Amino acid sequence: MSVSIGSKYPGEREGQSPSSLPAPALSLRGLSVTLGGSAVLQEISLDLAAGEILALTGESGSGKSMTALAIMGLLPEGAATRGDIMLGDTRLDTLTDPQMCGLRGRRLGMVFQEPMTALDPVMTIGAQVMETILIHRALPRAEARIRAAETLARVGLPPDQVPPTRYPHELSGGQRQRVVIAMAIALRPQILIADEPTTALDVTTQAQILDLLTDLVRQEGMGLLLVTHDLAVVAGRADRLAVMQAGRIVEEGPAAALLAAPRHAYTRALIAAARHQPVLPPRDPGGPLLQVSGLRRHHALPRAHPFAKRRLFHAVQGVDLQIRQGERVALVGASGCGKSTLARALLGLDAVQGGTITLAGHPVLAGRRADPDQRRRLQAVFQDPYGSFNPRHSVGRLISEPFHLLPDPPQGAAREAAVAEALRAVGLSPDHARSPIHAFSGGQRQRIAIARALIIRPDMVIFDEAVSALDVRVRAQILDLIADLSRSHGLAWLFISHDLSVVRGIADRVLVMEAGRIVEEGAPARIFDAPQHPATRALLAAAPHLPDPAG
Amino acid sequence: MMGYLLKRLASLAVSLLAASLVIFLVVEVAPGDPASFMLGMNARPDTVAALRAELGLDLPVHLRYLDWLGGMLTGDFGISYTYRTPVAQMVADRLAVSLPLAAGALALSTLIALPAGLIAAARRGRAPDMAVMGATQLGIALPNFWLALLLVLLFALKLHWLPAGGFPGWEDPAAALRALILPATALALPQAAILARVLRSALLDILAEEFIRTARAKGLSRGQALLRHGLRNALIPVLTILGLQFSFLLAGAIIIEQVFFLPGLGRLIFQAITQRDLIVVESVVLLLVFAVIVVNFLTDLAYAAADPRLRHRR
Repeated sequence: MSVSIGSKYPGEREGQSPSSLPAPALSLRGLSVTLGGSAVLQEISLDLAAGEILALTGESGSGKSMTALAIMGLLPEGAATRGDIMLGDTRLDTLTDPQMCGLRGRRLGMVFQEPMTALDPVMTIGAQVMETILIHRALPRAEARIRAAETLARVGLPPDQVPPTRYPHELSGGQRQRVVIAMAIALRPQILIADEPTTALDVTTQAQILDLLTDLVRQEGMGLLLVTHDLAVVAGRADRLAVMQAGRIVEEGPAAALLAAPRHAYTRALIAAARHQPVLPPRDPGGPLLQVSGLRRHHALPRAHPFAKRRLFHAVQGVDLQIRQGERVALVGASGCGKSTLARALLGLDAVQGGTITLAGHPVLAGRRADPDQRRRLQAVFQDPYGSFNPRHSVGRLISEPFHLLPDPPQGAAREAAVAEALRAVGLSPDHARSPIHAFSGGQRQRIAIARALIIRPDMVIFDEAVSALDVRVRAQILDLIADLSRSHGLAWLFISHDLSVVRGIADRVLVMEAGRIVEEGAPARIFDAPQHPATRALLAAAPHLPDPAG
Repeated sequence: MMGYLLKRLASLAVSLLAASLVIFLVVEVAPGDPASFMLGMNARPDTVAALRAELGLDLPVHLRYLDWLGGMLTGDFGISYTYRTPVAQMVADRLAVSLPLAAGALALSTLIALPAGLIAAARRGRAPDMAVMGATQLGIALPNFWLALLLVLLFALKLHWLPAGGFPGWEDPAAALRALILPATALALPQAAILARVLRSALLDILAEEFIRTARAKGLSRGQALLRHGLRNALIPVLTILGLQFSFLLAGAIIIEQVFFLPGLGRLIFQAITQRDLIVVESVVLLLVFAVIVVNFLTDLAYAAADPRLRHRR
């Protein structure tokens, strides 16, 4: 199963000899962690050999990240650990922090989820990689600088294309994640821990970063602990797979076998949720609802110098789009293709530079007092269930916000009844109206966001990456909920996602966008089975997918 | 960077021109005629008229404005109505006290605030943090003139280490410095308290950032991560406060100047206002506006130096 280039003496990479029984490079025995009196990890036992990829998966709060941080010795203050953590012959859990500092970055490397915030914004990327080297090696700065540039080239950032003198804000998300990886592997650690390294990236970049990590592990003989909530990411890459639930490992084994024939009910539920496709009720779309023709949006780029001609960035370049009453449309594309810019224009949030948008026959105009009657026909649900609510308001008040668009908003008992109905429509209890928003989980918040969009009975809702931040099981539930809304509310929607695999069951028609244009359009089955445009093929190839169930 | 600099310099010039106009008009509409004020209540009208002509007060407003502005540009600040000496000379004499006092107070407050803020952030919630927070609370609450009096009581009257007030002039630099120590300290301590608190809270925000965790994963200790990645990222709010404090210290030291009997800028303005010495008021206020605008300009440059993301701002 796993290709292990084991070293009997971790830390001495030279003189490796193939061994019949490779000692695990990293080994956890009965690791338990309590934080503030509650157990977050219980009796975790894991082995990771050199050159092996072990995936640690489970839903948010299952303890995946805590396991990673426990190995690094970076648990939050007040955490108490029990059990053994062995890195080769070194027992980590008894080391002091100064001793751990000598190991972190040298024998243990870690890559974090969010490349946008994992780098120091005021330091060049070269200096940040160089820092890892200089902390542990007494090298002249010039030599460390050369080593840092080599490491950056190794992760796909050659100096002639991305000079080490760049700052993080000058790089894309994928490039930043490469820098984070370069910092972690600069000293060729025995163990690399990657905590959701691609969750914040779009599918195309995700595939590239996963390829890079796999190459590094195979070529440098590192052990990789890949923490991810996405089973599809794991499939085909990990040698072994461990599934966590509520602080315990419920199932562990060779990845391919485990995915083909899961034994534990929780694993089966996760896999089913990841494969889940909602069932859309058949519908004959009615008359035209949204008409977009020749839509153009551009914004000015910073000038190179004060007298330079201002250059324009064309985010949306001539989009034509029709959505009929009750029609369910998906829009997919890599990040930066103009999906969200288009959505903002449709919602009347930004002024457009060309083209027209009409909703039910009336033009959608940005700015000065948009017609409330128009506004209430089109509502939106956004990606971040945490950032899209005012934290000071109760759920009832948040949900009834769009009532101000009505000429005669319901008051008193009628208002409460409407709130209760909206909550029931999204599978929540009317009692939740009085609770503050912080009492709800991510999935519940997304339900509340949908309730807020539904309360004034719009004709259409724009779902902008509305399920991208959710765990697989919650995602499946929300997709089912959206599908139900077609039945109960006759709703039309534009479902925007960077992930093709998500949109398959949620649309009658799929639009593929690239560089500001819609490049392909068709029924989901046609798009998935016979993609025409290279952009569509690239998206399909990059999208991680689970192997078909055995039997 | 050059373009940014040119743009900033142009806006600096426009701000100064606007400020000069506002100052001139405000002083113009303020009641009180300098000539009659100088000559007293019983002066004969023709004497007043003669003095007005001599001072140029009988000229039309726009001519007087251009005359004053042209003079300022060439370094000729006019002649004080009351003292009959060049304003430029008076201002220079006062700046010789105020500028070292402000600079000294700023340096001292930074020297105190930097380690205090760092220690408080590094030991959040523990004894050192509580000590710093308690001391800074006190420092903000105490008026600086009262602090000044306490310092005089202890170091001048009781211990006789330092003079209680007055300024001997820079002919004897050692004596001049000694005279500025207590006033600079009285000015610096409350400012240091504010600065330390701003630095602490900025650092605590930064410490929660993910790049600090990345730095720890590279093998930096908590303290090293704080110094190498925390401090520079916390500089923006600190620079903002420093810029504001310098402007304040330059002219706002009037009460401290009064307590220590120092011939500084603050007292010059105060005297000039009470004596309707309009030309002095105008010149000194414009000079202070100039100082504030220049300090803001330097602060902006410091922002850009501290944070690369601000260098490409449109």
